[in-house]
Amino acid sequence: MNVLAAIEVTVSWYLVLGAVLFTIGAVGLLVRRNPLVMFMCVELMLNAVNLTFVAFAKELDDVGGQAVVFFVLVVAAAEVVVGLGIIVALMRRKPGSTADDVSLLKG
Amino acid sequence: MIEIAVFVLAAAAVLGGALGVVLARNPVHAALGLIGSFFGIAVLFVDLDAHFLAAVQVIVYAGAVVVLFLFVIMLLGVDRSEDLSVEPLGGQRPLAGAAGIALLGVALATLFLAQGDGDVVTGTPSVIGSLAGGENVALLGRALFTDYLFAFEITSVLLVIAVVGAVVLARTPRRRAGDEQVEP
Repeated sequence: MNVLAAIEVTVSWYLVLGAVLFTIGAVGLLVRRNPLVMFMCVELMLNAVNLTFVAFAKELDDVGGQAVVFFVLVVAAAEVVVGLGIIVALMRRKPGSTADDVSLLKG
Repeated sequence: MIEIAVFVLAAAAVLGGALGVVLARNPVHAALGLIGSFFGIAVLFVDLDAHFLAAVQVIVYAGAVVVLFLFVIMLLGVDRSEDLSVEPLGGQRPLAGAAGIALLGVALATLFLAQGDGDVVTGTPSVIGSLAGGENVALLGRALFTDYLFAFEITSVLLVIAVVGAVVLARTPRRRAGDEQVEP
């Protein structure tokens, strides 16, 4: 009990959690082939960065870090709207397609 | 003591949800894992004195974004399990795992090598405004509408572009008799 009471949750904990979450998202993006799930992995990576920003905002006592997270949220919302539109258009043209089928721009 | 318990539970929700996204065979289960992960992050935001962002995290991410994902999954009818045992590209998973370990190693090395006197964080505190000066919402609002006003206004342009883009992408080209329009 005394050992636990001596431990303090520092900013490093949040940063390590953010790094692990970012890595999980990145590996998922590389491994999965369903475009929807790949998109969810991008959201995970964005959230890992958000967590890091907020942790730094707390540690440096600066509200600017939280303002940046606000903008990341807006960009993520716009990205989801356009990305899901592309996925819907893609799936409509070719049902059940994976990321491998989107190779029209390949030289 | 209670702080550690909160952090550990929230971190478990975050990481468990994230692993659920990556490992779930059914896209609907992946979306549910994503909700769990977002809720854990919202709890951590409250812990870090970001009350407004915690509320926005739940409303925008766990609410709007995941519902949009589920909506698209149901619209496209892809809510069935995929077979994850086959590996279409040879050696993709080991390489992805190696890349992930390398990424994590670089991030953690940066974190702990930068640790000078037991302090991870370097930089100048309170450039924009202190977090201790009042209510979180008021502070964030003041920062957004003074120092970040231009970026905030540009945001509206970005959202309009996103809406127009979504409409263009979702529109089905309709051909009428005598219409010489070429298929886009």
